[in-house]
Amino acid sequence: MAIKTLSKEPFNLIVAGVGGQGNVLLSAFVGMALINEGFRVSVADTFGVSQRGGSVTSHIKISKEAPYSSVTLKGKADVILGMEPVETLRALGEFGNKQVISIVNPRPVYPSGGVAYPDLDEVKQAIVRLCAQTKFVNATEEALSMGNPIYTNVILLGALMGAQVLPIDKETMLPILEERFPGALFDINLKAFNKGMELIATA
Amino acid sequence: MASIAMNKPGATVLLMGNEAVARGAIEAGIGVAAAYPGSPTSEVLPTIASAAEEMNIHAEWSTNEKVATEVAAAASFAGIRSLGIMKQNGANVAADFIVNVNMTGIGEAGMVIFISDDPGGMTSNNEEDSRPLSKWLDNPLMEASSAQEAKEMVKWAYEVSEAVNLVVFVRGVTRLSYTRGNVILGELPEKKKKAYFPAIWDMYNPVKSKFTSGPFPVFHKPLHEKLEKARAIFETSIFNSYIGPDNPELLIITCGACTSYSTEAVETLNVGDRVGVLKLGTTWPLPEKFMGSYLTSTKKVFFVEEMDPFVERSVMELAASMLPETGNLVFYGKRSGHITPYNEQSTDLVIEALQDILGISYQQRDLTYEKEAGEAVKIVPHRPINMCAGCPHRATFWAIKNAIKLDGRNGFTCGDIGCYSMAFAAPGFFQARTMHAMGSGAGVANGFGNLKQFDFDQPVLAVTGDSTFFHAVLPALVNGVYNKSNFTLLILDNSATAMTGFQPHPGTGELVTGESAPVVDIEALCRAVGAEVRVCDPFDLEDTTQTLLKMMKKEAGARVIIMRHMCQLVKAKKKMPMKYTMHVDSEKCLGDSCGCDRLCTRIFGCPGLMWDSKAGKAAIDEAICVGCGLCADICPAGAIVREEVS
Repeated sequence: MAIKTLSKEPFNLIVAGVGGQGNVLLSAFVGMALINEGFRVSVADTFGVSQRGGSVTSHIKISKEAPYSSVTLKGKADVILGMEPVETLRALGEFGNKQVISIVNPRPVYPSGGVAYPDLDEVKQAIVRLCAQTKFVNATEEALSMGNPIYTNVILLGALMGAQVLPIDKETMLPILEERFPGALFDINLKAFNKGMELIATA
Repeated sequence: MASIAMNKPGATVLLMGNEAVARGAIEAGIGVAAAYPGSPTSEVLPTIASAAEEMNIHAEWSTNEKVATEVAAAASFAGIRSLGIMKQNGANVAADFIVNVNMTGIGEAGMVIFISDDPGGMTSNNEEDSRPLSKWLDNPLMEASSAQEAKEMVKWAYEVSEAVNLVVFVRGVTRLSYTRGNVILGELPEKKKKAYFPAIWDMYNPVKSKFTSGPFPVFHKPLHEKLEKARAIFETSIFNSYIGPDNPELLIITCGACTSYSTEAVETLNVGDRVGVLKLGTTWPLPEKFMGSYLTSTKKVFFVEEMDPFVERSVMELAASMLPETGNLVFYGKRSGHITPYNEQSTDLVIEALQDILGISYQQRDLTYEKEAGEAVKIVPHRPINMCAGCPHRATFWAIKNAIKLDGRNGFTCGDIGCYSMAFAAPGFFQARTMHAMGSGAGVANGFGNLKQFDFDQPVLAVTGDSTFFHAVLPALVNGVYNKSNFTLLILDNSATAMTGFQPHPGTGELVTGESAPVVDIEALCRAVGAEVRVCDPFDLEDTTQTLLKMMKKEAGARVIIMRHMCQLVKAKKKMPMKYTMHVDSEKCLGDSCGCDRLCTRIFGCPGLMWDSKAGKAAIDEAICVGCGLCADICPAGAIVREEVS
């Protein structure tokens, strides 16, 4: 069961990742589900050249009634869905606080141009230190074992629904997936979604 | 959502600002929409096109924004409501036509242009504020603050356009265009009327003839009368509003995306009893009576707007004329340094400014946490932007870099606007040494190519994409042939307007609606203007490098190499299979003892390659690699291996 009311106004979800990981689609799905449940929502994505392998953040502001600006205020994230570890840490640096909950895909996307990636364990420890609660979900690895890294975002969407931190759940999300992925595409995406729910349950 | 033309008035859907603009135009009953792709506006036209058949709309990608505006104007002349769509740079291209069509006025049907600017330059290489255009082109301007308002404002803009017989601009910014929000749908229009261009030409009566913009003295006075009429309409617009006390200690005057930054800042700081927020939706011409009534209610005014002090200057001009009524006012904004005339604004920045102006303090988060977070992010590396794995531009610029080096005469490349703009930085090996507007690479190359009499002897290359070629490069190429300028134009033909989202163009054989179209043959076109033309596949690095060397050595006028290879993301969309599987032979990769200085990951820099720091060798990231096979050709040790996918 998902929560039905917002613990604060507005409630801020941040999806942090790397251009190409599918954060835009994931965030739009969350936004559509929230609207179907009667919430007021604003979804702001990073656009432009950052889509080409740069750092990208989607800000999802949820409220009952009032309109808010599209970008999260500094230090005001309630949940961070981290599609990549370093990007999760980057988002925490700006939007984190003592109460923040994170769901993190621990698979790095390495920066190009010879930029060194920090020690992964160190990154993960820093994330855990800066969050009230952290759950790691091996989404990329699962997607690769399903045959295509493209499923990473739907696995993470399943994990986010399974974490029960938003006022939406699997029931509200499935019709949206079904509309976006017709026919056989839905079956494989449903499998990915369920995998995410499974992973978060044991994370 | 299922369809942008969904006939469910009252339903709430999640729409991006750009989609809301499209819906607004559809609800307003437009018959024609024309645009050239330019982010942050690129999604408006495809959204309209998705309903083109259903709603009987002609939607087209025009070759550039001036043509798009002319296409839209003709519809208005013939009694059909029309929409032009462009980013700030595009508005400059269209401006020469607009200044004239404002002189004559439009037809009986309204004409709106949606322009989105880009504070922060997120999808642009400049941060131009397009709003001053309205002042010098003389047409009404409105600014939307949310997706819902964008939809309503576009609809209303047609009424204003028809009431004053002028093109009306509705202006957004990247944040508006790309933020998704709740939008309540309105009614869809009735069937459209027949298009007819009235036979009103009379050479002895220019006003009656109206669609020829001369003699201008006849039109210029009525144009200013039209603007006064627009001002009067704006005085009572529902898009202008005020929230706050009757006599606020501080009056915030804001518009567009900054509206929510202002209201949220006031709410966050809990100063709603001290500060009022005046939100202006109609920013030119200024509704002076409306504004004036608030200027007399306060002693301090704070302007919150992005980029130029557009509203700030207009209001200060008005305030100067109202001094006897207002008494002395203190102004905060760009002039006081509280809001920068550059970069994107945010609620956080408005909060910061308000703390100073009101003399209050606000703590964003726990100080211990702040310190800890600050320490933790020190290990977070910069993530440079890059061309995609499998991008043909990487191959082209690799060949350019090598050919220029082999040629040895300090040759260089004039860059242009597209994904390949990244060639000014590491992804294109710093090869683009000039980069300005659409078509400027070839234009600037024309100039370099005619400096021989001043002992200029460097080979000159210019690059353009296939879509940019049609937009503005063709005149520059003709100029180069005609004026015998010595340069080589490289047309990076990747079968798409890739940077803005893979839109079709005259060379792709497809329309915005998906319908098939005649292919304008770039190669034949270049030959027809008299240029010598070669065609290369940039993935054949050897042939491409040799062709470049040969063409650079020529002393003839402008010549062309077409670098033809489909954009990797278009290939992926077409579900074209992977050509190779790649791996690194760990026996052959010598790591840091090779002497190549990590050529593959550090210089070549394809995101599909990574450095395995534990093994001290290169590796392939299977989650990213698309199997283009190019890196096998650049490894000096032959350690990167491609195997054909059977």
